[in-house]
Amino acid sequence: MNSILTSKWTKAIVFVACLVPLALLVWRGLHDDLSADPVAFITHATGDWTLRFLVITLAITPLRKILHMPQLIRFRRMLGLFAFFYVCLHFTTWIWLDKQFVWSEMWKDVEKRRFITVGFTGFLLLIPLAVTSTAGWIRRLGGKRWRMLHRLIYVTAVLGVIHYYWLVKSDVRKPLFYGLLVAILLAWRIGTWLIGRRGHSGAAAVRREAPVTTETS
Amino acid sequence: MEAYKKLPGLLTSAHAASGSVPVKLNGVTKWPGSTTEPETPIEKVTTYNNYYEFGTDKDDPSKNARNFVTSPWTVSVEGEVAKPRKFSMDEIMKLAPLEERIYRHRCVEAWSIVVPWIGYSFSTIVKLVEPTPKAKYVAFETYYDPRQMPLGGEAGIQLPYVEGLRLDEAMNPLALLCVGMYDETLPNQDGAPVRMVIPWKYGFKSIKSLVKIRFMKDQPQTTWEMYAGGSEYGFYANVNPNVDHPRWSQASERRLGPGSGLFTPKIKTQMFNGYGDQVASLYAGMDLRKNF
Ligand code: HEM
Repeated sequence: MNSILTSKWTKAIVFVACLVPLALLVWRGLHDDLSADPVAFITHATGDWTLRFLVITLAITPLRKILHMPQLIRFRRMLGLFAFFYVCLHFTTWIWLDKQFVWSEMWKDVEKRRFITVGFTGFLLLIPLAVTSTAGWIRRLGGKRWRMLHRLIYVTAVLGVIHYYWLVKSDVRKPLFYGLLVAILLAWRIGTWLIGRRGHSGAAAVRREAPVTTETS
Repeated sequence: MEAYKKLPGLLTSAHAASGSVPVKLNGVTKWPGSTTEPETPIEKVTTYNNYYEFGTDKDDPSKNARNFVTSPWTVSVEGEVAKPRKFSMDEIMKLAPLEERIYRHRCVEAWSIVVPWIGYSFSTIVKLVEPTPKAKYVAFETYYDPRQMPLGGEAGIQLPYVEGLRLDEAMNPLALLCVGMYDETLPNQDGAPVRMVIPWKYGFKSIKSLVKIRFMKDQPQTTWEMYAGGSEYGFYANVNPNVDHPRWSQASERRLGPGSGLFTPKIKTQMFNGYGDQVASLYAGMDLRKNF
């Protein structure tokens, strides 16, 4: 198992797998198979995958601990960057295919529509995380500050769920499902933090957690 | 399940449906008021729409309504009328000559289609049942059977679906009692066997699979009003580019037409969906920003 997780091939395979949703979209586009309203279709597909990658990224740390697979950390940065990649596609779809680059309309929407406001905020918060995702930035910021900064992903995940909840018309099952996943993943962190505060050894374990620059690079 | 993940195309139109299959309608005359804008291809109209009883994704109705049983069918007319009665589908088909009317149809979600509907003015029915002087409104109800529509319970709205019009709106000749489209009877997913089409209002006012018509003294509580406490959609829901939906602008729309795609520019939404000449007088003196 260990050797599979640490193999560079695994990383390459995960990378390709993360591109499959995009490849499917392109394939469907080429086959005129994006429903009667392709713009809405792409907006929804890229929005869904942004949220999924956020959830998967947030699941890495708990899974490492629970499954005793510390090597999973190798994938965390890549998965987080894919969340950013898909939100960039999502945003581009909106600004280009939906708003057709009418910036005034775009600003009106960001200001006026609360589901856009929170989605946009979530997107903006991911930008510094993507920029500082390199080993160089971890060194420059120092592990502690870097970790503080990257906790912004918690905020983005919550904002992503609120965005989804506010945009559906009446069927709230899917946003609630993602909300539950994010709640579990955040509750796990609070739980381990509380336990860590009580027991000394636990605290040390929590503190030793990521980022390990050589592993993530 | 997301629309884009499912394989569409198995049922590109209702022709392949089991249950009630659309059949050709003969003797349909062409209504002179039809728009000359290009018709939306039937494949788009039959695979992309809202019919929450069959699921909340746009391609759910086309998949889940295939076996919907629409025969026998009766429409019951009741309430403030001198002659309450039930109409069988056979009777409905023969109450007036069938006309093909090509209307613009504007969804509240800011997309629109152009559809050759078949039917006749709803006023035909009104005249037959003779509303009493007390009748000021008409409520419409969609069929609801949880066994045939198991996804309806998860849609988040209260069913059966109820819509309403003021009596004078319902009497407007544009208000269509619709039994077909594209030369045939209605496909299940588009509201078979009989529905309303109110072209100057957002699509959700055009109730599908109609089973009950009730004439009333007071304004009926409609499904979407009840859902949102009136904050989302009002009773009137006239197409109005100047009043935004809380979550999106209604100033423009994406026309799903022949060959429309990713880069098709949006078009400007027209007041009353372009039917102002025929219907604006119904709302004289009303503040349409409040009565949206
Ligand atoms: C981290 C940030 C974001 C996440 C996680 C996210 C996620 C989502 C999800 C899950 C959906 C619904 C997909 C579905 O219905 O299947 C969605 C829809 C949408 N998002 Fe986002 N989104 C984000 C940011 C943004 C931004 C920045 C914008 C534009 C400024 C935006 C605009 C939209 C629009 C217009 C829709 C479609 C709304 C509709 O159907 O009415 N989102 N997004």
